[in-house]
Amino acid sequence: MADVIASPAVHTADHGHHADYLSDPAHKGIWSWMTTIDHKRLGVMYLWAVLLAFFVGGLFALLIRLELMHPGEDFMTAEQYNQAFTLHGAIMVFLFIIPSIPAALGNFMLPLMLGAKDVAFPRLNLASFWIYIFGAVLAVTSILAGGVDTGWTFYTPYSTTTGGAVTMMTMSVFILGFSSIFTGINFIATVHKLRAPGMGWFQLPLFVWGIYATAIIQVLATPVLGITMVLLIMERAFNIGIFDAQIGGDPVLFQHFFWFYSHPAVYIMILPGMAIISEVIPTFSRRTIFGYRLIALSSVAIALIGFLVWGHHMFTSGESALAAGIFSFLTFLVAIPSGIKVFNWLATMYKASISLATPMLYAISFLLLFGIGGLTGIFLGALSVDIHLHDTYFVVAHFHYVMMGGTVIAFLAGLHYWWPKMFGRMYNETVGRVACGLVFVGFNMTFLTQFFMGSQGMPRRYYTYLDQFQPLHQFSTYGSWVLGAGLMIAAVNLMSALRGPKNAPDNPWGGTTLEWQTQSPPITHNFLGQPAIEHNPYDYRAFKIPTDAV
Amino acid sequence: MNTWLRNVFLPSASSIRAEGVDDLFMFILWLNILFFLLIAGLIAVFVIQYRRRSANQRTAHIEHNTALELTWTIIPSILCLIVFFWGFNTYMQAAVAPNGAMEIQVTAKKWIWSFGYPDGSVGIGKLWVPVNKPVRLIMHSEDVLHAFFVPAFRIKADVLPNRYTETWFQATEVGDFVIPCAEYCGKGHSQMRAVVKVVSLQDYEKFLEDGDPEEKGLPPEILGASLYVNLGCSTCHSIDGNKGQGPSWKGIYGQMHKMSDGKMMLVDENYIRTSVLQPQAMIVEGFQGIMPSYQGQIRERQLVALIAYIKTLK
Repeated sequence: MADVIASPAVHTADHGHHADYLSDPAHKGIWSWMTTIDHKRLGVMYLWAVLLAFFVGGLFALLIRLELMHPGEDFMTAEQYNQAFTLHGAIMVFLFIIPSIPAALGNFMLPLMLGAKDVAFPRLNLASFWIYIFGAVLAVTSILAGGVDTGWTFYTPYSTTTGGAVTMMTMSVFILGFSSIFTGINFIATVHKLRAPGMGWFQLPLFVWGIYATAIIQVLATPVLGITMVLLIMERAFNIGIFDAQIGGDPVLFQHFFWFYSHPAVYIMILPGMAIISEVIPTFSRRTIFGYRLIALSSVAIALIGFLVWGHHMFTSGESALAAGIFSFLTFLVAIPSGIKVFNWLATMYKASISLATPMLYAISFLLLFGIGGLTGIFLGALSVDIHLHDTYFVVAHFHYVMMGGTVIAFLAGLHYWWPKMFGRMYNETVGRVACGLVFVGFNMTFLTQFFMGSQGMPRRYYTYLDQFQPLHQFSTYGSWVLGAGLMIAAVNLMSALRGPKNAPDNPWGGTTLEWQTQSPPITHNFLGQPAIEHNPYDYRAFKIPTDAV
Repeated sequence: MNTWLRNVFLPSASSIRAEGVDDLFMFILWLNILFFLLIAGLIAVFVIQYRRRSANQRTAHIEHNTALELTWTIIPSILCLIVFFWGFNTYMQAAVAPNGAMEIQVTAKKWIWSFGYPDGSVGIGKLWVPVNKPVRLIMHSEDVLHAFFVPAFRIKADVLPNRYTETWFQATEVGDFVIPCAEYCGKGHSQMRAVVKVVSLQDYEKFLEDGDPEEKGLPPEILGASLYVNLGCSTCHSIDGNKGQGPSWKGIYGQMHKMSDGKMMLVDENYIRTSVLQPQAMIVEGFQGIMPSYQGQIRERQLVALIAYIKTLK
């Protein structure tokens, strides 16, 4: 088995001097970026866009927590508070989390991991980016043009009767949906058609499996959101009774439509996070992933069963007991593949060679936080308990553990993992670990408290609250500062690396997948020649760890 | 330990339904703690045991292990099934009110709760019920979605504008229990709060006959001050001059106010009376006509008390 794989170090010697995609003399200037069809440049532009959205959404989060320091008015009125939590939710979901991993990291890494030159439809990729930007600008305009106070869920009939720029905001969600659909179509076609010769379905890196499963949901579920938003706009603009009971509609119908998209959207958000973890853990354990097929197929299983559980958001909405029972059962069914994944990741660390570099620290944070997020989901799947917990802070805490403790932490793991590949520069490792520690502590301070408040009966979307909740609210607010500080340090650490020299080796972590076999940063056409697939991903038996690996 | 955890997580259990829900809650909580400790423990052991000591450290090549994988699929599946059936069962037991339950109509509107009793009387902000009697609530909304939530009873149900929804409870102890609105309904959502007054059967009958005993024998200004909060006025009308959804009450008695149709109106007893009973009749300039009517929901004595209270707000 020895030397089956050409050592990456040999490649480096050949082409270390080639111009990379950032400094390619054939593509210079702002215009070359704005019209680029290079998936790597589009990935980078998406990355700056989603990071900006994360920053703005995060500012709203800090404002919300600050207002909740004391009951009653601190510095925002109730109307301003309602707008703040709406914008926090809408920006985080539609402008940040949904595009974050697939559109930014996925765009950059998917073709590299497949050994391809680009995605299947590079121009569609460019269109998808500009549609995203257009949708984002429209969302920002709607904030300036009167604000939106419906919550990110736009529940009718409140959303059809309230003032403000709801029509423009829903329009922007409609447009952003197309960006998401285009990305999904592109990735599906890429995975089917552009795999390197010799790369079968079960030689795909698990990141690709996760992004592929996500793309299926994006293509199948997003149109339903689009239609729902159009119906909402029709009702607001032309008084056509669809959801508003005053003019003959049914408000609960909206909830069915909305959650038919938005529950699968939860998996659009978490599957890419799981996909990153499935890369980081084997690489930093230098060991093959445990249960490759089960992890790969469970992503697809989650994607499909995820379409059948939307009713669990509506247990108190007056849906029939039979429907509630079926949705509850299916909810437990979809939980099991996620649990299996956690055990597989844990088993991958058995008899391994574990390095606690920054990406791995984030991956371990993910296991703990996503673990809590998943486990607390059991409370909410159980019918009688959910009746008590529905629409309380318990739910808020639960989905932040999944969305932020899961997806955002995984996104940070991915950023730190691939940063050297994307930009050819190493960040400061010590600062990176300190930031990860602060994020972990701050996150738990902010959200663990909210479980207690929720089960004690504190409803969500409350501007003021009973005095009994003040100590926990205050503690949660202090936590949000620690969390914010951790994230800022991580950002400064990554950004300041960009000003340094290109010092990253081609394969700093000893990764086995194809993106590590090209130079850092990659050349415009990704690889010199066609990369060869001679082993399964994460197979370290014959893999030669490059000497310059950290 | 179990009781301590229960008190940390859950409010008082004051309905016959609460205990069953809490037992399941505690079961899931212990499952959570157990599995979290398992995950965290394994991470700690592996990270210490298999930390990288040298760059060439040998690692195992274990692709999978069917027995192990079956174990961690089957055990969680069984636990999930137990939780599912337990949750479904306790939910079904509570789904339908027992025959002969007393019926109360609940009406939600921005941002007040009102309650219609079997004898035809209507009250706002306080739901009076006898202890140890099943009570069925038939609920509807006059505007957007709201949700009726009593944490101490572990019940919650959305309140819809186009159909009745229902829930029921049987309180097991005398006391006051908060009803926070649990479905976002706009500016006053967090203050859309009512109270369940659980009293003995005699006290309940006395309430039906003589009205709210807490309003008895109070001077009108003092009663007005408590009605200001209980009837939900405070959600929109401030008493410190700040502009809310409606005009502030500070110093308005005796002032001339300009209406949206340009007319000037003197704020006197009759003006206030009309504003409470037919709020759409006159809208002050700069405000929207969003106030619900209190016609048939407020007693004459309460109206007089509110007027007396407004007079004191100089």
